[in-house]
Amino acid sequence: MFSVDLIFEAVLFGILLGCFYAAVSLGLSVAFGLLDVPYVAHPALLILGSYFTYALCQTGIDPIVCGLLLMPVFYLIGIAFYRFYYETFEKRSTDTGVRGLAFFFGMAFIIEVCLILAFGVDQRTVSASYIGSSLEIGDYRLPYRMLVAFVIALSLTFVMTIYFSKTFNGRAIKAVGQDEGALRLMGANPVKIKQLAFGIATAVNALAGAMLIIVGPVEPAMDRIYIGRTFCVVVLAGLGSMSGTLVAGLVLGIAESIVMMTLGPSWAPAVSFGLLLLMLGARPQGLFGR
Amino acid sequence: METILEVNNVIKQFGGFTALSDVNLRVQQGERLGLIGPNGSGKTTLINCISGAFTDYQGSIRFDGTDISKLKAHERTKRGIARSFQIPRPFSSMSVMENLLVPFAFVGGKDGPVQQKEAMDILQGMGLADKAFVQSNQLSQVELRKMELARAMAAKPKLLISDEAMAGLAGTEVDEVLEILFDLNKLGITIIMIEHIMQAVMKFSQRVVCLDAGKIICEGTPETIVKNPEVQRAYLGD
Amino acid sequence: MKYAAYSSLLLLGLLTLSIMSGVNEYFFFAGFVVLQFVVLATAWNILGGYAGYVNFGVPAFIAVGAYTAVVLFKSISAPLLVQIIGGGILAGALGLGVGLLTLKLRGIFFSIATVAVVFILETLVNNWRYVGGATGLQLTRPGDLWFFDSYVRMLFFVMAVLAVFSVTIARYVQDSFLGRGLRAVRDSEEAAECSGVPTLKIKLIACTISGALMGIAGAPMPMYLSYIEPLSTFNLSYSIYALGMPIIGGTSHWIGPVIGALLLATLQQIVTVTVSNELNVLIVGVLLVLFVVIAPEGILGLIKRWKQSSK
Repeated sequence: MFSVDLIFEAVLFGILLGCFYAAVSLGLSVAFGLLDVPYVAHPALLILGSYFTYALCQTGIDPIVCGLLLMPVFYLIGIAFYRFYYETFEKRSTDTGVRGLAFFFGMAFIIEVCLILAFGVDQRTVSASYIGSSLEIGDYRLPYRMLVAFVIALSLTFVMTIYFSKTFNGRAIKAVGQDEGALRLMGANPVKIKQLAFGIATAVNALAGAMLIIVGPVEPAMDRIYIGRTFCVVVLAGLGSMSGTLVAGLVLGIAESIVMMTLGPSWAPAVSFGLLLLMLGARPQGLFGR
Repeated sequence: METILEVNNVIKQFGGFTALSDVNLRVQQGERLGLIGPNGSGKTTLINCISGAFTDYQGSIRFDGTDISKLKAHERTKRGIARSFQIPRPFSSMSVMENLLVPFAFVGGKDGPVQQKEAMDILQGMGLADKAFVQSNQLSQVELRKMELARAMAAKPKLLISDEAMAGLAGTEVDEVLEILFDLNKLGITIIMIEHIMQAVMKFSQRVVCLDAGKIICEGTPETIVKNPEVQRAYLGD
Repeated sequence: MKYAAYSSLLLLGLLTLSIMSGVNEYFFFAGFVVLQFVVLATAWNILGGYAGYVNFGVPAFIAVGAYTAVVLFKSISAPLLVQIIGGGILAGALGLGVGLLTLKLRGIFFSIATVAVVFILETLVNNWRYVGGATGLQLTRPGDLWFFDSYVRMLFFVMAVLAVFSVTIARYVQDSFLGRGLRAVRDSEEAAECSGVPTLKIKLIACTISGALMGIAGAPMPMYLSYIEPLSTFNLSYSIYALGMPIIGGTSHWIGPVIGALLLATLQQIVTVTVSNELNVLIVGVLLVLFVVIAPEGILGLIKRWKQSSK
């Protein structure tokens, strides 16, 4: 069968991949997991972040820096999105289910098509000093770009977890998903809090998008497969669980890596979606959900 | 009088939080029972267990002689348990009449002209007849509350649970709804009323049960309940 | 009985058109696609419009219909009718399966699960030699044209029959107990359950019917194209069309999806040929978002409002 070495390398790669998937899903974990917004446009915004990073990169700026520079822009986009969603759907609360879903689905398609019209369907990549070479530890080769993404992903997850457990605003965001009334009594404005959360979720997407294009080439249609990966991580973690996102990401990353090694890369898309269906059927509250 | 509803040793937990711990309740046929308790005491959770919105609780619930613990909510409705919701849930795309035709169709099995006449009679009794063909999202608060009760009536229940039907209503509106509940009881329907408006509970109930932190802390006539120190402590704190 | 009269008349008219000479073949090529979208939009609306559960995985059901047809054709040279019935049954079974798995959960989980099904099935088909895998399969049409002059004309009429069939089913569902129950579920699932509506059962029925109809829309495709391959069959763009057409047309009545499909599919034929496929997706996406925000009741709703204001 497969040598222990190969399996070990696959697992190692899977860990790096998994942390990346976790970071990419953080925004969704907040927007959907905590705030209950049917944010199916999240993966499309992720790809948008990648393309904006690509465009900025052409001026010579390092992709990670591009991602960081884009964060405030995406923060504003997130706030605008939530404001719009709130005014149009949540406030009126008639038939929100279908309309909200249709709205975000439509937005996802619009973003994807605009990217195709602007950049074409070909894959885009960025270049940086750490892209292309690998770190060699003994017999194993770990691509530097994966290590860079791994470090960023871990830091991002760490920062988000601290934010949501230690700061007033962060805790308010966690609370608003559970009991708006109580939050109002404490003097906080639920709408402003949700707006903030959405802004943060989308800003994180900018950095995640930069990571995505560092890790590999992107094309406009990638938002479709990332619907599977991000929702898989969020559902696997359980709605409302920030720390669970990392564990869930690792599970997905390792699973995908092993499947790619054993069955081939054409089976990769089925892993996230398959895991997602499995969770929905067997344990919809996820591993750590409320 | 025979017992129409038995709640035996019901325990309901949400993760680590125990909403109901070992609740026992007997309701007699035709009784007017008041259920009171501070916010968060478990009143709505108890109602949800009785109506079948929750089916994963420990203990058993017997209705009209049969164990209904495993039945889904719509099956319990067919057996004769109806409820109104704390925040009204109208079928907002439908007219008032169409709202009533849903239980007629699914509980009674028919929604023809005979049932439409019956629905009009129910609406007449509640003073809603002139709104019969208005879309339900155009109704005022008190009209929505009445429609909730009318819709529950269309299911021809033996037991009606009214969950804070008067919350947020003004003086005369409270009396209107109270009168409706009295009339329904005269038809032989057992009524459990959850309410915060104490005067309404006192006027209406033959017996009152007080819930606090998931436990029944006392039951008795309205007069004895009001004087009970535990009840006072539950509402006002120590 | 007015409906029966009108629909029979329509079918007769379309039949006459298909046998007439002098009509450009291209009309039937394009007409087939337009009618296919009538079926898809109508099918989507039975679950999406009536019950409020949004199916994003339309291509999965189309593909089950198409690939079942291919397997039946390749293995036992099954005639078109058998292919269609087989496709419908299996697609209906898929609807039932997905429903059983997720209709107990909130709406968005159902929607995400439908996307999952698309990718999983596509991956399976990509690796299935018998139906051509990722490269696809060429198919030779059988010689039997019934009494039509060309195979495409025959397929056009078959799709017309399927369109009338699906709309008839949608109309029946809408006006029956089922329709009343679905509307109640859409407006307030909790209140519906407490009013005696067996909500899970009703949702499963709608999901199965919806899936089956999408399957019968997909089944004639392999014969239409003389070819089948996964990339275009599983294209997620089908979803934006199948959900955009009823929402833009109007979801509360069976005529809404028909209006939406006729308008948008015809537009699609024009735009795709003259400009590009992408532009058409953009137009539908923008229209969808516009309608969802400004005119949630669709064109039907706009007509209603216009009628009321001109009184």
